[in-house]
Amino acid sequence: MQSHILSIILFTPLVGAFVLLFVPKENKDAIRWIANIFALGGFLISLPLVPMFWAQRFDVTPTHFKFLEGSANNWIPSIGAGYNLGIDGISFLLIMLTTLLGWISILSSWTAIEIRVKEYYVWFLVLQTGMLGVFMALDFFLFFVFWEAMLVPMYLLIGIWGGPRKLYAAIKFFLYTLLGSVLMLLGILFLYFHHHTVTGVYTFSIPELYKTAPLIPFHYAIWLFVAFFIGFAIKVPMFPFHTWLPDAHVEAPTAGSVILAGVLLKMGTYGFVRFSLPFFPAVVSHPKVQSWMIGISLVGIIYGALVSLMQKDMKKLVAYSSVSHLGFCTLGIFALNSMGLSGSVLQQINHGISTGALFLIVGILYERRHTREIVEYGGISNVMPIYATITMIMFLSSMGLPLLNGFVGEFTILQGAFTANWRWAAWAAPGVVLAAAYLLWLYQRVFFGTVTNPKNEKLHDLTPREILTFVPLIIMALWIGVYPKPFFQILEQPVNQIVQTIHNNANANVPVNAQVRPAPAPQAPVAVAAKASN
Amino acid sequence: MVELTIFALGILLIDLMVPRGWKWINAVGAFVGVLFSALCTWQIQSTLPPRGSLGFYNSLLVDRFAIYFWYLFLAGAAISILMSVHYLDVEDEHHGEYYALLLLSVVGMMCMAAGIDIVLLFIGLELMAISTYVLVGFLRRDRRSNEAALKYLLLGAFSSGIFAYGLSLFYGISGSTNLAIIGRAISAQNPHNPVVVIALLTTMVGLLFKIAAVPFHQWAPDAYEGAPTSITGFMSVAVKAAAWALLLRILVFGLLPLRSVYTPLIVFVSIATMTGANFAALTQTNTKRLLAYSSIAHVGYMLLAFVAMGTSPIGSPGFLDGFKGILIYLLVYTFMNLGAFAVITSLRQRNVIGDELDDMAGLYQRAPVEAALMLLFLLSLAGIPPAAGFLGKYYIFLSLIESGHYGLASLGVLYSLFGLYYYLKIANSMLMRAPMETERLPVSLGMRCAVGVTALATIVIGVYPEPFIRTVNWSLGIAQPPHVAAMLK
Repeated sequence: MQSHILSIILFTPLVGAFVLLFVPKENKDAIRWIANIFALGGFLISLPLVPMFWAQRFDVTPTHFKFLEGSANNWIPSIGAGYNLGIDGISFLLIMLTTLLGWISILSSWTAIEIRVKEYYVWFLVLQTGMLGVFMALDFFLFFVFWEAMLVPMYLLIGIWGGPRKLYAAIKFFLYTLLGSVLMLLGILFLYFHHHTVTGVYTFSIPELYKTAPLIPFHYAIWLFVAFFIGFAIKVPMFPFHTWLPDAHVEAPTAGSVILAGVLLKMGTYGFVRFSLPFFPAVVSHPKVQSWMIGISLVGIIYGALVSLMQKDMKKLVAYSSVSHLGFCTLGIFALNSMGLSGSVLQQINHGISTGALFLIVGILYERRHTREIVEYGGISNVMPIYATITMIMFLSSMGLPLLNGFVGEFTILQGAFTANWRWAAWAAPGVVLAAAYLLWLYQRVFFGTVTNPKNEKLHDLTPREILTFVPLIIMALWIGVYPKPFFQILEQPVNQIVQTIHNNANANVPVNAQVRPAPAPQAPVAVAAKASN
Repeated sequence: MVELTIFALGILLIDLMVPRGWKWINAVGAFVGVLFSALCTWQIQSTLPPRGSLGFYNSLLVDRFAIYFWYLFLAGAAISILMSVHYLDVEDEHHGEYYALLLLSVVGMMCMAAGIDIVLLFIGLELMAISTYVLVGFLRRDRRSNEAALKYLLLGAFSSGIFAYGLSLFYGISGSTNLAIIGRAISAQNPHNPVVVIALLTTMVGLLFKIAAVPFHQWAPDAYEGAPTSITGFMSVAVKAAAWALLLRILVFGLLPLRSVYTPLIVFVSIATMTGANFAALTQTNTKRLLAYSSIAHVGYMLLAFVAMGTSPIGSPGFLDGFKGILIYLLVYTFMNLGAFAVITSLRQRNVIGDELDDMAGLYQRAPVEAALMLLFLLSLAGIPPAAGFLGKYYIFLSLIESGHYGLASLGVLYSLFGLYYYLKIANSMLMRAPMETERLPVSLGMRCAVGVTALATIVIGVYPEPFIRTVNWSLGIAQPPHVAAMLK
């Protein structure tokens, strides 16, 4: 008996979008209510997944994925693509983050969006389904469809409801991410064809491809790694590929930024964890590749933080801080040990919570004053005390204060990096200090002192709806900060699995031996060995 | 085929009789003709032997490949007819000849897809081409239309001449006009024999002209821009599909022994086509012209699949997927491109030409449904899943990977970024700019049908491609020349 909970979670937002199509567009409040109900519903429906997943967190399944749905071949049998869903601990956490942030961002747009309200919510809900699909898909074809389809609503959200340079930002966002994904498509097709030459079967099933991809000879695998790397690195974004991010963030509406930072960027890191590492273990553990990856992660950390320090626009500051924080995530991933990996996944969640909240915070001021220039503000804590308190908590969480979530993630990552090579940790550590610097300095300039700008004297404090958007984020920040053990337990199995794969195939400049793999492909092991040895 | 001719002639007769206000009868007649023809095709299909059957003194081979293309032409023609009714009203050029010519050109296309005799192929080509020359210049009072027709006619006639010259050389080499026999005669020859090479080159010039590949593409942007928009749509899908059918018939069915000679040329042409068309499209401000260049770019992608086909052993995955890629691409292209042209056609109102990029501005406010569907067509053209265009792209890149052309594949995906950029230019002005006029756009019923059908097809093929892939798999059997040669005896 298959459980259909994943499909239900996946399609609830899409159903909401469909329902909205039939509401007349003049009826703005009805549209808002319906969209919020479906967004909240999408979140509530995903909650039962928590106890269900918790109960199975240590269960061993053949593919290491749980809640499997569909089969590898039920969608387009002619090419071996299937509607095949399944999750492990990593995708489970990201799915919960997505449903939560999806609800929060839809709730936060109640008053922010006044034009073309209906379309806005329709596209937002479509986007929600696209993102969830990326984390659930166990079929590469399905994954790619979600991965690309999701770009369209995001492009429209930036392009229609964005700021003054929205057209430029929207096209830049779309072109950059498409460049990455088409290269990835070529990589996927190569894996697909390689699977066929090894086993004689055409399939896009990811668990199947896990078995054959590490057998690809190194001189091909390195290029495949590069193709996937560009796709994911643009999405993350890693250092030289990050230039689309500030533009997209600054121009996007608040809720768009929340989703962009909270979820979309995680797709890149998710891609590294889910695909790059287990598909190309020999490449990622090659010392040269690894040091390059670590190197650009470190550059990202420091560079993002330094640029943040210099920003005059609050939103741009938060955007660059994302580059820095995501640098930590990739650092953890390419440390290639279980500590770094689980820290990295946890830090991705943390970043979704903290940075999502930071964008909401900026959005609230922007909605009231229609400017994000830091110099326009000062002494805000006098007029908006609740707002100032919440901001303080989220800033502290973002900069990694102990007992809040950021600390746990960054600490684990640094620990992992230290185990691999202490120099890496040493280079990353200043990033933490700089984060404290740019956030506290920002806080000081905006909130402390007396109100200098007369326009700020009459700002009203948070409404109950706005407070509601922060409550779940604060709870999560505290929970992860104080008692992160359950999260690490959830991550333990998939992370160990990946690290295991890498260790089995490490030092594989020499050809990979078929026997070290845990489960040799049933078909034609001789052919496998022959393929591997040339 | 015969039935379409009868309908075409019938429309000409009826046109004389019906009064001015009743000219839509012609469109209905043409539409019924197309449906009837589809029905007959279906009848032929259900009794078709697996390897096809010969007819007309062995000049016609009705095989699955031909049937597939027939359906494609008929679908293209039917949708174009739906688009035309309102458009011709606006242009005040409602004449029965329009539909008659449309049907006759479809007859020509059918000959091109099914012919295995070079004489018949040439006659089919000319029937199609001459009908299209007239259709391009159908707006007699419009100077652009006249100019386009003249340009198209002169260049088209010239290329047909070169093409005929090549075919005559092949006749000289083999002593037969039948492609199967020509193929056998050529496989006995040295493929680098100068006469063979010259014959091949001249034939290919004709073929590449017809599919509008760089450097033989110069006519396309002008003809597309000047032609009535409904005809532009028809030309960009049905005429193009027919040219492809002809190309596949001649190069794959007939001249397969020469593929080591022509494939390197195709590599060059495909790179030139993608490069030239994509760069040219970037700067266009006229939507029809932009889509003309984009359709040339699409030819470049299809040629990539042809390269994959030409360089991998017959029957290997690279060969089959390349072949499927071309067939599927033509299928999805028919719907998505016609859909895009249908939306542009609906912009043509009295006193408004409607084919500049600025005319698209704020289309969303004026016609939300059309704008949303246009977005779908554009994304499909750019190859974004889950729209149908992705499927075509998928097969092309798959076949390139399978045949080991990694460099070409990377080039192809890079150019697809160019594509996205200029499609987004249209989308941007449609969705994100303020409209120049505020009144809602009136859209006729026929147009709604045309846009609706193409949009539905674009989504269905994209989301559930299985039946369509099967259809293509079914139609893949271009009957093998040796087998046909045996049938000829």
